[in-house]
Amino acid sequence: MTTIRIDGRDCPTRSDINLLQACLEAGANLPYFCWHPELGSVGACRQCAIKQFSGPDDRKGRIVMACMTPVSENTIISIDDPEARDFRASVIEWMMVNHPHDCPVCEEGGECHLQDMTVMTGHNTRRYRFTKRTHRNQDLGPFVKHEMNRCIACYRCVRFYRDYAGGDDLAAFASHDNVYFGRAEDGTLQNAFSGNLVEICPTGVFTDKPFSTVYTRKWDMRGTPSVCVHCAVGCNTIVNAREETLRRVLNRYNTDINRYVLCDRGRFGHGFVNAPTRIRTPLNTIDGQQVSVPMADALTAFARMAAKGRIVGIASPRAALETCFSLHTLVGPQHFATGQTRHEQECTELAHALLTRHPGALPTLHEMESADAVLVLGEDVCATAPRLGLSLRQSVRQASFHTADNAKVPRWMDAAVRTLGSECPSALHVMTPAPTDLDSVAAETFRAAPDDIARLGFAIAHEIDPSATPVTDLAPDDAVRATRIAHALMAARKPLIVSGMQYGSLALMQAASSIAAALARATPAAGLSLVLPECNSMGLAMIGGLPLETVMEQARAGEISTLIIVENDLTRDLSPADVAELVAAVPDIVVIDHTVTPLCHHASLILPVAAFSECSGTLVSQEGRAQRFFQVVFPPAPIQAGWRWIQALARSLDPPPRPITGLLGWRDLNEVLAALAMAFPNLAQAAMAAPGADYRINGEKLRSQTYRASGRTVIRSFISVRDQPPPASPDTPFSSSMEGAYGPEMPGALVPTYQAPAWNSVQALNRFQFEIGGPMRGGPSGIRLLSHAEHHDTEPHPYAYATDIPAPYAPQADAVLVLPDTRLFGSEELSMFSPPIIARSTAPMLGLPASVTTSDRMVLHLEDGPHILPVEPVPGLPAGIALCPAHMVARAFRFPRMARLETVPGEGERS
Amino acid sequence: MFDTLRTLFLTALHAFHRRATVQYPEQQPYLPPRYRGRIILSRDPDGMERCVACNLCAVVCPVDCISLQKTEADGRWYPEYFRINFSRCIFCGFCEEACPTYAIQLTPDFEMGEYARHNLVYEKEDLLISGTGKYPEYSFYNVAGIPIPGKARGTSERERPPVDLHSLLP
Repeated sequence: MTTIRIDGRDCPTRSDINLLQACLEAGANLPYFCWHPELGSVGACRQCAIKQFSGPDDRKGRIVMACMTPVSENTIISIDDPEARDFRASVIEWMMVNHPHDCPVCEEGGECHLQDMTVMTGHNTRRYRFTKRTHRNQDLGPFVKHEMNRCIACYRCVRFYRDYAGGDDLAAFASHDNVYFGRAEDGTLQNAFSGNLVEICPTGVFTDKPFSTVYTRKWDMRGTPSVCVHCAVGCNTIVNAREETLRRVLNRYNTDINRYVLCDRGRFGHGFVNAPTRIRTPLNTIDGQQVSVPMADALTAFARMAAKGRIVGIASPRAALETCFSLHTLVGPQHFATGQTRHEQECTELAHALLTRHPGALPTLHEMESADAVLVLGEDVCATAPRLGLSLRQSVRQASFHTADNAKVPRWMDAAVRTLGSECPSALHVMTPAPTDLDSVAAETFRAAPDDIARLGFAIAHEIDPSATPVTDLAPDDAVRATRIAHALMAARKPLIVSGMQYGSLALMQAASSIAAALARATPAAGLSLVLPECNSMGLAMIGGLPLETVMEQARAGEISTLIIVENDLTRDLSPADVAELVAAVPDIVVIDHTVTPLCHHASLILPVAAFSECSGTLVSQEGRAQRFFQVVFPPAPIQAGWRWIQALARSLDPPPRPITGLLGWRDLNEVLAALAMAFPNLAQAAMAAPGADYRINGEKLRSQTYRASGRTVIRSFISVRDQPPPASPDTPFSSSMEGAYGPEMPGALVPTYQAPAWNSVQALNRFQFEIGGPMRGGPSGIRLLSHAEHHDTEPHPYAYATDIPAPYAPQADAVLVLPDTRLFGSEELSMFSPPIIARSTAPMLGLPASVTTSDRMVLHLEDGPHILPVEPVPGLPAGIALCPAHMVARAFRFPRMARLETVPGEGERS
Repeated sequence: MFDTLRTLFLTALHAFHRRATVQYPEQQPYLPPRYRGRIILSRDPDGMERCVACNLCAVVCPVDCISLQKTEADGRWYPEYFRINFSRCIFCGFCEEACPTYAIQLTPDFEMGEYARHNLVYEKEDLLISGTGKYPEYSFYNVAGIPIPGKARGTSERERPPVDLHSLLP
């Protein structure tokens, strides 16, 4: 810590930052453009000019760029100095020379950093009377809209896209006044993080295209904190809504997880909420026809079904914790299924067990960024957990940071550090069957079948800790490789092992945890991270239940009378034959879901449940972090939260078959979470994921609308001109109106939007942080349920290494091993109901090793029949393996599996 | 006594003054052009809607009686709906001041009395007139950088033609 003097005011600050950060942390208003907390400084825009004085006697001072000047002891600076003010005013006047007269028709208007900075600088009259430069725009695909006239050439977009996110199809072209940011030719931006350009760009060059079609100004939208439901990473989001429709998803800063960046699936995957596939009323099957019925009739119909016999409940890894728990309470633990196949459930339970047992660290995404050696073991993280992949990409920079430290170059001096780092070796080792997006920054890649990767993993573990199970008959090449990687990992101060269940391989996760545990003996910071498939996979693993196979057996035995399936499309897990058998064996199937899935066609009763934006609940991410999402949309009556539906079903039972009084008495989310804590002590802390519904600041609820939301007395006057009270939200501490408390000190889990006086863009986040890029003023968001600190303080009992090492994979002549080709756009269920994601997904292809690709199309025989697929050669794919897009070819796609592959009859081989 | 007579005289004198009472509705009062009465939405000189759905009138409205939703056609922004609740409107004219395109204007018309409040909710078709209102020449898209049908990129007022990125000239 050190102290600097800003305009005569002494401000304590950190010594390893630049003056711009110090000024912002001190609460001063200093305009800037090219600096970004995650991208560092390049000094391109010259906007943050301040006066620096060499000592107390220096009256003259000199102008410096705050973002390029490090903090030093007793620095004396002035922001208000007239000369510095004039300098900044002239800089912004030059920037605005070519800026078009577009604000009324610009999606950024009202949350524009350029608007804020222009007002802050005092530039309010254009003196320039000559012509403006114009540019032609490009079509950048379904996510991002391009309007180059508005550009002020801060270079943030290309620095983010190329340097930070590793994209290569956005670049700066031309020179001086003509500089242009775009692609070499029109086309879709290929990077998985292209949507962040919307938030990174300080003005309206890159704007959110899906949002533009339902555009509303920032001040008119209700906002609440939420959690992304499209993978298990648990990125924090802000959801915005108006007129009871969801309008957009924005990134919400969480210092440990997603920080400033959200992947495109999370940002644009929310379209399923407003899609025509939504279920909006209860549907009852009468004479083979599904007809819309009132809620009371639906509940009566359920009571009639329930009177016939046993009820079994099937939960879902994409349903909230409260929904799963209420179903568990209704049907009882003996009749509660997790909605996963036995294999998937074994994988998630193993992941939970391995993470709980791990003696080292369970790093957050932010901690992964500072890992100095990373081993990715059989998981294409860029497709299954994209944000995690981006964190691993940042970890590659650790070596350049150490070089910069030695050269006494501050780490935020971005261009210099990157130049230094261009020589630094990477410490990322990627071992996957198929190429991944991380290969380009990896020190070493290794392509093999999952079992072979697991064997290599076990060999590495044995190399690090001789007490780990050795691998016999390892190929000499692999033994050398194992030794090399083991030494690289042992030399690291913060090694990290990442694996997951993408390939459904228990051995891979065992191997990963063995390496991490072996490393943790000498390096307590050795991290382990396991990627799970769905947003609440971990929460469901902690509740536990029967696998789908057991439900099938019970159904075959005729023991099930009514099946309640909550937010789960079983056709993605069970083959069509199994689904048909289940439907035939169970008289009544009740589906509680928000979207029409193929399963709904078999249901006797369908109940419309609230999607993530329409109710509040808790999700447990893959790192065991319980996080709360809050209601932003108040849907019309029959649509309600999952646990409320299950409560309504329980209330309709007459008489209640078992004492389920707790379920019947719940009034709000707090009471559900209290009951959950009683029933599942390991999930007790989930209640503390965010302040409860009774949380108040100065006796007030928190407002979810901005203070300047418009149209209050007219927005629904086409229905009735009489004013209506704002909708009640019993499950959240938010008022649904503009009345309530709001401020930078509010709890980190409850920030509904970023806005501060003079800061209307997302950059207002600076005001909500203690330190730029550091923790939120209001404390962290979410709570870790997997604690790992206590058990290596006491007796260090030896880690029980896995012993079941798989046999090496031997390619077969008549069959190939089919592995899932997980796609960022296409494999995940809910995002595929979102129009921009559908537009971005591509047709399924069969990936085959380049050497055996002899034909353009091949027939793959899966359990539901033959599929003719176009063939795509995959470089490096090991022999005997085929990559098939998960859920895109056969809807129920179980893997790993052997399948027959043959040429299309009548088509000759390619010459 | 004198005071009483004086009062009578003065009162009688008023019989010969010019009448201040206007015989409304038979006789219409003079309203200046900038009178703040019924709100209308005007059109560009080319006949297209002027409103670009920027929401500034709605946000400036002190009684929050304006609501609209943006939509887009051929690069032009439009309000999908534009609704004013005149039973709330206080005719302050802030919306007109805030409007960057001269679309929303207050007119010298105040005869809007209704027996039912819901009849005071005006939709876009009730508000939109076919003329330009008080500003006959102005067209927002002539000064904005956005291209629209009939106006290519780089042909707005004070704009250069688009940059040719393939040129090697500085």
